Amino acid sequence: MPIPTPFHPRTSELCRSYRYKDWSGYIAVCAYATYADREYFAFRYAAGLIDVTPLFKYDVTGPDAASFLARVMARDIRKLKAQQVSYACWCDEDGKLLDDGTVWRIDDNHYRVTAADHHLAWFHRNTAGLNVTITDVTDSIAALSLQGPLSREILNHATGSVVDGLRFFRLTNTNIANRDVIITRTGYTGDLGYEIWTASEDALAVYDAIYEAGTPLGMQPAGLDAMDITRIEAGFILNGVDYFSANHCLIESRKSTPLEADLAWTVQLNREPFIGQAALKAEKARGQDRAFVGLVMEWDEFEAHFAEHGLPPEICSAAWRDPIPIYDTLGNHVGQATSGAWSPMLKKNLALATVKAEFATPGTQLRMETTVEYVRKTVPVTVTEKPFYNPERKRK
Amino acid sequence: MTTQQYDAIVIGGGHNGLTAAAYLAKAGRKTLVLERRHVLGGAAVSEELYPGFTFSVCSYVVSLFRPHIIRELNLAKHGMEIIPLEASYLPLPDGDSLCRWADPHETRREIARFSKRDAEVYPEFGMAMNKLAQFARHIIDNKAPDPTSTRISDLMQLLKLSKAFNQLDPDLMQLNMQLLTMSAVEFLDLWFESPVLKSPMSVSGIIGTFLGVRSPGTAYVLLHHYMGEIDGAFRSWGFSKGGTGQISNAIANAARSFGAEIRTEAPVDRILIERGRAVGVVLPNGDEIRAKTVISGLDPHRTFLGLVGEKNLDPEFTTQIKRFKMRGSSGKVNLAVDRLPQFRDGRTGTHHLRGDVAIAPSIDYLETAYDQAKYGDFSSRPYLNVVIPSLVDPSVAPPGKHIISCFVQYAPYDIKEGASYWPNRREAFGDAVVDTLAEYCPGLKESILYRQVLTPWDLEQEFGLTEGNIFHGELSPEQLLFNRPASGWARYQTPIRNLWMCGSGTHPGGGIMAAPGELAAKTMLTSGAV
Repeated sequence: MPIPTPFHPRTSELCRSYRYKDWSGYIAVCAYATYADREYFAFRYAAGLIDVTPLFKYDVTGPDAASFLARVMARDIRKLKAQQVSYACWCDEDGKLLDDGTVWRIDDNHYRVTAADHHLAWFHRNTAGLNVTITDVTDSIAALSLQGPLSREILNHATGSVVDGLRFFRLTNTNIANRDVIITRTGYTGDLGYEIWTASEDALAVYDAIYEAGTPLGMQPAGLDAMDITRIEAGFILNGVDYFSANHCLIESRKSTPLEADLAWTVQLNREPFIGQAALKAEKARGQDRAFVGLVMEWDEFEAHFAEHGLPPEICSAAWRDPIPIYDTLGNHVGQATSGAWSPMLKKNLALATVKAEFATPGTQLRMETTVEYVRKTVPVTVTEKPFYNPERKRK
Repeated sequence: MTTQQYDAIVIGGGHNGLTAAAYLAKAGRKTLVLERRHVLGGAAVSEELYPGFTFSVCSYVVSLFRPHIIRELNLAKHGMEIIPLEASYLPLPDGDSLCRWADPHETRREIARFSKRDAEVYPEFGMAMNKLAQFARHIIDNKAPDPTSTRISDLMQLLKLSKAFNQLDPDLMQLNMQLLTMSAVEFLDLWFESPVLKSPMSVSGIIGTFLGVRSPGTAYVLLHHYMGEIDGAFRSWGFSKGGTGQISNAIANAARSFGAEIRTEAPVDRILIERGRAVGVVLPNGDEIRAKTVISGLDPHRTFLGLVGEKNLDPEFTTQIKRFKMRGSSGKVNLAVDRLPQFRDGRTGTHHLRGDVAIAPSIDYLETAYDQAKYGDFSSRPYLNVVIPSLVDPSVAPPGKHIISCFVQYAPYDIKEGASYWPNRREAFGDAVVDTLAEYCPGLKESILYRQVLTPWDLEQEFGLTEGNIFHGELSPEQLLFNRPASGWARYQTPIRNLWMCGSGTHPGGGIMAAPGELAAKTMLTSGAV
């Protein structure tokens, strides 16, 4: 049975829908109400507050902490400055993705890694010869994500204007309700937003302070359903949905490389050896087989399929993650869409897909399967640059 | 003297004999099954030993049963129902415990209390074993490969196997080699650090063998634990509703539906051999039943040294059969109790007991248990694999009452006083088992309504398992594949023309798998023998 997070006494009181799911062994709210749209619009117009404690968290300390992280990550973490956060991925020896997450440098020899999956054992296997200590702090650190255009104002209320100067992908040590917290300017919604990290025993005090500061500004407690729509709008890949950690794959074709996951921008190939480097160099030289792309559905044909049955077009209010086949215009299977959603901001049906590399150029016309009145059809989709939705305030 | 003509007589109504009969009958062959006991199933048998309590007397869980056999014989329709085990529970002497669950996160948390690293390695280990088990399925779903044959079909089979092997990661090939040569403990040491985890995992390597968890070759048997499947889900174990005998009954029902004739209380005295060919069987009263083929579901010792007789065999073959290691090492204690056992760790509810319970507190405990057996004694503190089937299948016990089934190792067949002395030590053996379990479950002794103790001697006398070996011969690497039960005779055929084997002593081996019965029947049918 999943266990509650330290915020559960508050979130469970607010969760009137009783809609929860298991997130890495924790009870996580899907949506506080029957429908997630109030929470979604809070993310985009005010702020949403979501409990992200179930993320795996590792503290990496010691004189060789940076060398260790540079060895296991595809990104050269040694370049990270104190109080800076970076997005990174890591691979196995064959260059196949294990996970993606953030790496922060809290101070000189103290780093923290957040991840979707557990990696303590794997990290330990790769510490040979290095003076580094890795501690799993998943259960001892509680985390909240406050996302949306008013998140800065809310946190300024709660902290005494500490986050005003906090730049995108930076962190600061401060306190909320007299409890020590770290605030990172990060998130999974593609909007202005912050994540607040605190000791589990301080979780409720911090929650209450943010709740109090946020409520007058329209902040809503938000669940995973609303966040899923925002992360699709932001074009963010999700481990276990859009790709699978090589550790969990029974067959090779299920695995992905950073290039195939459109994470090449996080890979620094030409440097001291890191895990998977040789395979990734070879892949770069040879050219990747697949690509992770954004798709936007063309509306008219979609509507016409419904019109044939005398129906208005059906718009799903929640994101989906059941893989759907993608075809080229001749009907050949070229890949699969792995998640998608109707974007209330963009008024478009969006999808994230893995397709053969030759179909990855923006503007390429493809077809996606859809089911209308029990009959399988296809509709045109266009390969589109990600993120689909990218407000200026995110970085400003 | 009666003379009847059958296409096939199957000796022994165990689950493999019944499976062979069902396949032969399905193919339109006139088939007769002869079972010595009053009840079908052999070691996969359910019996009401105490009023209201139906025991799976010998084998008690099912995992390896081949799913295609369920489909081909329509066993679900004939009454086969499997309920999955929910957990693997290890109570510890200090009052703590480790429980492994179907939920991976819950399992991770449980193991993390003993080692955070092991908690994460555990699913990696499972994945590696699953990949190897996928490969091993090629082996258990086909007749044994014959590396000495140059026949096209045999070469094709070897080619297919080597192709599957070559598709494995180099890492997995190395792993395979380690499995074949290492001890269970040595192999687990490569992965894990916590003895609390290694100890219950290592016992999978010794079940049914006269080896210790530190004996080389025991790593291979670990893999068997990962080969099972229920409804296509890998690595699951289940209870058979109504006891394991219900599986046998379902196969018997299927066989009858195809026209097979099944007789119980019908022992066979010997196999009738004329001019080097099996032509039927002779019953204890001298009656003969004639058939084109005879198939023995008994173990190789009883088949050849018993029913055929050395005088009808080539001495070299006889030697091979005599060398085929039986040496049973386990016993069984079945209890009817008036309440659920209470373990000392304070877990509430019954979920942790709805699977198997291992008494295997440490590697040294297991090795000490083996030491006693090496020198001709049963373990005073044995390894126990305990299940309480009545928790998930209330049909086997009256309301509120339960069945506790204890698989016990080690109980060597050859105790120092001689195997036939076992009846004199039976109750002492039963006491050792109850005492062991009672150390973890205070109040157990007071709750016992009925106790059945099966020593290896009893398994031999009552169930015909030579030397009490539950697998019809040890599942050690040198007794598998093309060596099971004898080199050159691993494909169900025997040196006696028209005499075939279909028991667990043939490839792919023991466990309620039904594969030997199926593969034997299919080999007979495709070769035109019947």
